[in-house]
Amino acid sequence: MLECVPEGKIEHTTGKINPAKTCQPIGAMYASLGIHGCLPHSHGSQGCCAYHRMHLTRHFRDQVLASSSSFTEGASVFGGASNLKTSIKNIFKIYNPDIIAIHTTCLSETIGDDVPNIIKQSEIPEGKVVIHTNTPSYVGSHITGFSNMCKSMVAYLAEAQGETKKEQVNVLPGFVNPGDMREIRRIVTALGIKLVMFPDTSGVLDAPLTSKYQMFPEGGATVAEIRDSGNSEVTLALGAFASNAAADLLQEKCGVTGIPLKLPIGLKATDDFIMALKDWFGVEIPKEIAIERGQVIDTLIDTHFHYQGKTVAVFGDPDHVIAMTEFAITMGMVPKYVLTGTPGKEFEATITKMLGDAGITGSKVKAEGDLFELHEWIREEKVDLMIGTTYGKYIARKEDIPLVRFGFPILDRAVHPLMPVVGYRGCLRLIEQISNALLERRDRDALDEDFELVL
Amino acid sequence: MDGMDTTLEDIYTQYPDTVKKNRKKHIVIKSETDEACPQIEANTRTIPGIISQRGCAYAGCKGVVVGPIKDMITITHGPVGCGYYSWGTRRNKARADATTPKDKIYSQLCFTTDMQEPDIVFGGDKKLAKMIDEIVSAFHPRAINICSTCPIGLIGDDIGAVAKAASERHGIQVLAYACEGYKGVSQSAGHHIANNNIMQNVVGTGTERKPGKHVINILGEYNIGGDGWEQERILQDCGYTVNSVLTGDASYVDIKNLHLADINLVQCHRSINYIAEMMETKYGIPWLKVNFIGIEATNQSLRQLAKCFNDPELEARTEEVIARETARIEPSLEQYRKICQGKKAFAFVGGSRSHHYQHLLKDLGMEVVVAGYEFAHRDDYEGRQVIPTIKSDADSKNIPELHLKPDETMYREAHQYLDLTKEQFEALKKEVPISYYEGMYPDMKSGEIMIDDCNHYELEELIKKLKPDLIFTGVRDKYIAEKMGIPAKQMHSYDYAGPYAGYNGAINFAHDVTNALSTPAWKLIVPPWEREEEPESEVQEGAPHA
Repeated sequence: MLECVPEGKIEHTTGKINPAKTCQPIGAMYASLGIHGCLPHSHGSQGCCAYHRMHLTRHFRDQVLASSSSFTEGASVFGGASNLKTSIKNIFKIYNPDIIAIHTTCLSETIGDDVPNIIKQSEIPEGKVVIHTNTPSYVGSHITGFSNMCKSMVAYLAEAQGETKKEQVNVLPGFVNPGDMREIRRIVTALGIKLVMFPDTSGVLDAPLTSKYQMFPEGGATVAEIRDSGNSEVTLALGAFASNAAADLLQEKCGVTGIPLKLPIGLKATDDFIMALKDWFGVEIPKEIAIERGQVIDTLIDTHFHYQGKTVAVFGDPDHVIAMTEFAITMGMVPKYVLTGTPGKEFEATITKMLGDAGITGSKVKAEGDLFELHEWIREEKVDLMIGTTYGKYIARKEDIPLVRFGFPILDRAVHPLMPVVGYRGCLRLIEQISNALLERRDRDALDEDFELVL
Repeated sequence: MDGMDTTLEDIYTQYPDTVKKNRKKHIVIKSETDEACPQIEANTRTIPGIISQRGCAYAGCKGVVVGPIKDMITITHGPVGCGYYSWGTRRNKARADATTPKDKIYSQLCFTTDMQEPDIVFGGDKKLAKMIDEIVSAFHPRAINICSTCPIGLIGDDIGAVAKAASERHGIQVLAYACEGYKGVSQSAGHHIANNNIMQNVVGTGTERKPGKHVINILGEYNIGGDGWEQERILQDCGYTVNSVLTGDASYVDIKNLHLADINLVQCHRSINYIAEMMETKYGIPWLKVNFIGIEATNQSLRQLAKCFNDPELEARTEEVIARETARIEPSLEQYRKICQGKKAFAFVGGSRSHHYQHLLKDLGMEVVVAGYEFAHRDDYEGRQVIPTIKSDADSKNIPELHLKPDETMYREAHQYLDLTKEQFEALKKEVPISYYEGMYPDMKSGEIMIDDCNHYELEELIKKLKPDLIFTGVRDKYIAEKMGIPAKQMHSYDYAGPYAGYNGAINFAHDVTNALSTPAWKLIVPPWEREEEPESEVQEGAPHA
């Protein structure tokens, strides 16, 4: 395993070795799946669409449908207008979605196709909608693509009917699993607040198996709901990288106050989420939520000796990593290496401040890094635990470090898309996973005389 | 399967006229009255907007053919995505061996130039050159591949020049593949581009033939789930030396010596027939289409191969291996047959597998009623005799054809490779289809459907109308079929099991298929509260009856 990686410091300044990010269109495709009755459409050559569908399918283990403009060399030279117009016509006739959400690829971006103009020239049946976003793969990451598609949902759809706002909250949940979105909905509903959440992949990518097949499952935010988001009083943007752009546009376009928050992963971030809702709407916190929070505290006390003081490497998407690092600190762990592949200076600033406030020194933090670099850090000085995506498993095996799978993508474990890591219940799940990973490790390494029944 | 025409007409009605006209040409119903296969349209453009399972030239070149070469570092030149998606996702297993030590295996790493906006504007040649320099000084690979993605072709980075200069700088081979995603109509274009480059620049540059009496290559075997290793085990038992497997668990060093074998076995006809053909032209090496998927198919391939060498000992040893292995697995196979017998399946995989697996399914008593490929050419369906009649269109013309000549020093007649006289070789050709592939059609039964580039809508409709018991397809279709109540097996990645080739593979496959058919949950789809109302009709339409 990885014997090809030489000893000692390696000059690695150009390109990525084992990237910790991927390209914009897959993020846009995922966001589009969170609109009810939507067929995501990839404007470019068909390999991108095939790769994105494949990767999302592997993570969610559920159907991911999307179409492509299927460029060949001709379209690349003469422009993709004709392919896109044909696509739109065929899609509505054959699949009959409510809405098509087009994203570009590096091919159509590089040749400079004017997608909004092509949409205007296309035949769109009465009552149907076509939206688009620009997702050049040579800018940002899959998180940028997700953010861009959310912003386009606002740009194309959100409308404000006059000055009066409805007593409802918009939640932009960020690039999280359908199980997380379902949990966010449950929490907001438990607080008695009306909610518009978009995108919402619950019911789409965790749809039940009934043998009654639906090409467009029941889940997803409807076009009408997204339109209505312009009439909400307030937007909670969960995760700056994924959600702030859409919230800012919603504020600018429709006058909806935007509140930026962390992803509600971990105790403090969940507290902040609940308090933002309480402060704005003046609701009482229901007993069921208070009990859930109390259970988290109880569990943290019960289990702290499993993980407190342990060093951890956290890697993955920026919003996930920021929230997870905060929770690791809450748990008394030491985030020693914190890395995301997505570019953005605010990532390093946020994490550095968090570590500084906790009095943690000597940690390495990096945006736009890759896993090869993370491995180099770990080879210099090991950590007790890794928390991140499946791609960390090679390092984990080589360096013999337990890995808690967290974030996107997780390709080698099942059920995770249905199990929330957000909210207080999500805290319990993370504590369980982290504690158990370390306890498994302790059992595995124990000498016979140290192997104990009770831990 | 009477009225299949009507069934298909029903499916076409939803299509706009142009789509209908196009798709009808891609679908053929086998008829008893047709001697030869009716012409099927294949390797032509996908209809824009259709949800197809096809990939791109890059996926075919890097993802399928050159990516698995374990001792080469492959750099994806382009934005991050393409390299990322093709990192570790094809399950091409690799391990150290006599020619490749562990520290020369790079299969678990992903290298990409991660092109950024300024690189797209100002060009990425310098970035690529610098990355190569860093990689060479850190990893000391034996050779490097550079695979370009869509924007690279558009901005005109001269990857050939970068490769040449790097090669001179570092004294190792650096190969450049212009396999931009928009080339051709599917991943097939990338196979061709990869084959050309390997043939032109790597094959024939080595001088070391592996020791052994009968030295063979296995072409078009990617060692997914360890398939190649099971084939090697069997072939070694029979008395062969496997010179190189192209490209599963293959090494650059072994590929250099590819021309030093006695015969090429071709497994995946679609992805690798180019090299087999070009080696036949340049060196005179004969090739034999084989299939090690299925017990009868494996036996037949072994027998045909043994006949190619005038060696009674080899033939006797082959029969011993066949008898021993068949006897070993037959009892457990019988258990699985009880569940599989009589089941109907669909198979939509690749450009050879849908045919290969028909043999294994037949061994289990199953019938493939609808079969098709994502990126095949007409000859994969109709047989190689149609190749001269295939018209080259604009999309195919963009892929260069190499016109090789017999090598002045290394060319030998095919019969010489096999130690046969010319007469013996001519006689052999009557018995064994040397340098020929008959395509999928002969193995289909009357009324069954062959379908090229089957799309989501057609899959959905065919499932509803024909109610198969099991579907063999890729990961993207798997969950669609399952949501409809039909068990599905991923035949690109085997649902991460395998090997499925050879004798041990047949058992693994039978075990997994039986599980897929009989997992208890299929009978529990209808919740009890609905069952109470209709106690006797609990099995839903489309749900398996296992």
